[in-house]
Amino acid sequence: MNLTGLSRRGMLIALAVLFNAAVGLLLAVPIVGYLLSPVVRGRRPGYESWLSLGAISQFPEGQTRLATYRNPVARPTDGETANIPCWVRNVDGQRFQVFAINCAHLGCPVRWFPKSGLFMCPCHGGVYYADGSYAAGPPPRGLFTYSYKVEQGNLMVNAGEMPTTGAPTAGLINITAGRWPCA
Amino acid sequence: MRLIRNLSNWFDQRLGLATPIRETLEHPVPRETASWFYVFGSAALTVFGVQIVTGILLALLYVPSAGEAWKTLEMINHQVTLGWFIRALHGWGSNFMVAIVLIHMVQVFLFGAFKYPRELTWIIGVLLLLLTLGMAFTGQVLRFDQDAYWGLGIGASIVSRVPILGPPAVNLLLGGPIIAGATLARFFALHVFVIPGLLIAFVSLHLLLVLRLGINEWPMPGRVVRRATYIREYHKLTRRDGIPFVPGAVVKDMFFSGFILLAIAACALFFGPIGPTGQPDPTIIQTAPRPDYFFLWVYAVLSLLPPWAETPVLLIGPVIALIVLVALPFFSGEGEKSWKRRPIGVLTILLAAVALGTFTHLARVAPWSPAMDAWSGDAIPAQYLKGRTSLERQGALVFQVKQCHNCHALGGVGGQRGPALDRVAVKLTQDQLIRQVIQGGGNMPAYGKNLTPAETTALVAFLLTLHPGDEAPAREGYRAAGFGARP
Repeated sequence: MNLTGLSRRGMLIALAVLFNAAVGLLLAVPIVGYLLSPVVRGRRPGYESWLSLGAISQFPEGQTRLATYRNPVARPTDGETANIPCWVRNVDGQRFQVFAINCAHLGCPVRWFPKSGLFMCPCHGGVYYADGSYAAGPPPRGLFTYSYKVEQGNLMVNAGEMPTTGAPTAGLINITAGRWPCA
Repeated sequence: MRLIRNLSNWFDQRLGLATPIRETLEHPVPRETASWFYVFGSAALTVFGVQIVTGILLALLYVPSAGEAWKTLEMINHQVTLGWFIRALHGWGSNFMVAIVLIHMVQVFLFGAFKYPRELTWIIGVLLLLLTLGMAFTGQVLRFDQDAYWGLGIGASIVSRVPILGPPAVNLLLGGPIIAGATLARFFALHVFVIPGLLIAFVSLHLLLVLRLGINEWPMPGRVVRRATYIREYHKLTRRDGIPFVPGAVVKDMFFSGFILLAIAACALFFGPIGPTGQPDPTIIQTAPRPDYFFLWVYAVLSLLPPWAETPVLLIGPVIALIVLVALPFFSGEGEKSWKRRPIGVLTILLAAVALGTFTHLARVAPWSPAMDAWSGDAIPAQYLKGRTSLERQGALVFQVKQCHNCHALGGVGGQRGPALDRVAVKLTQDQLIRQVIQGGGNMPAYGKNLTPAETTALVAFLLTLHPGDEAPAREGYRAAGFGARP
């Protein structure tokens, strides 16, 4: 024991701990960066991009049809899980609505019943009207809506991320029918 | 024999483990703990062993790739020799594991074993329960079928509701913007490396604590736990009246573990492997996802909560439950151990069991889900059509075609989302029926835009015939008064 109260051995241990802490911190930065990559990538530049759902002639006026797109962010191991369905409603030949397949309650796939003009969810009984607005059941809101545009006869949607109750507008603009200027 | 003795001496000279192992095995335990009530902990450990072995065997063939996983499961089921049996053992093993861990917890609670000085044993036990449930959920994801896919969507939707942190947490959970390859890979890492590692570590601590603090004595009414005297009393009990753990108490553990192994094997043999259901292709939307047995009650709660209560209950409920479980040994660390003197404890268990049982039963029936194909699959009973006018029969057709049957049952067939309509004309008058159909209300959508006036007229005419012969249809009170009509 010396006069300062810090032995040579104690100081060496403190130094060793400090040294390892510094190295650990240095390693932690890339590790945390790797772990957080899904989040960071999601914000900048974002997961969404404009995708074609096919020619507008596939979506007859006054009808609601299922369409599929390949998610823009797909990896080699994704297989069929990167094929994402959505509901396209041709309101009047001019205006469209593109709804996410996911129920606004907890994300189950809603099904369209043309005769009753309702979307029904098989999980917890959420029901929506033809325009996607809330009709019955536990959902806190209407269906999630993708923003769309028509380019050279193709229906394009801005999609790429699964909408969830807490993040319905992650890149999705909730437009009402017809607000978007159609080409 | 001599060779064996020489060999064991050779090892023990180097390892020095013989004495501590013998002392551990022969440590004295209270005589009454050699009981069929004290076998669930060791049984859970046995099943955990089964899960490790069968899990490794499955990992020999399973490929954690979103594009391949489902196919490898089908291959293990159908093409690999006895692959179906190993999958069945692992699946049924997981069901048994959750059940035994829960029974173990209830037994420990009712026998007051969480009280001083075994608080930490209990807290680690709570952690082990969470880890077991974590294994059950991640395992369900690895069975990468339709239920797994949409179950992940439900999980993501719940996580997304956390304020501020929710949306990035969803991306972190899914490993990207959608449920895909990265999602399966990270659940594989959790199920195969992270959670089993934690389980092994905490099971070891749990066992260490059981050895250090001793097996809980049989609770006697009136034998009260006091911090000042408990440890002395316990040692007196084990020294005066104890028996060695091996062979005294362990026999029932061994028999019960063997019985459980046999039960798992029997279930695997008779019921076969669990799933996979349809392939995880999100474009196949003709599916009604359901969670595995032990999460069915959550599914029911999610359907029955009123919308305003959903997010708070989902986010705060589990936190409160966890706090209560962890805090239990601290606000109830002393006093009576016996369930005979702890009526509130017994009632709590009964209430929890009844609630879980009810929710699980409800989830199996799922009355809140529309029967998605009732309109095309379930016929209207013939007696509701016999002798009806053509308008009323036209109405029956509207009822079927407009998918009313998906939510409303007739003659016990059809959806249960809305009320059964066999007696609807007894309750509602013509005007009320028209209003209900057109405007909706309660939990019913408005059909005004989807029915022509003619269809509405026909439908209501049909609905007005729906009353038992001996019950008069509903009538308007004001009409009776105003026009002096007689019923």
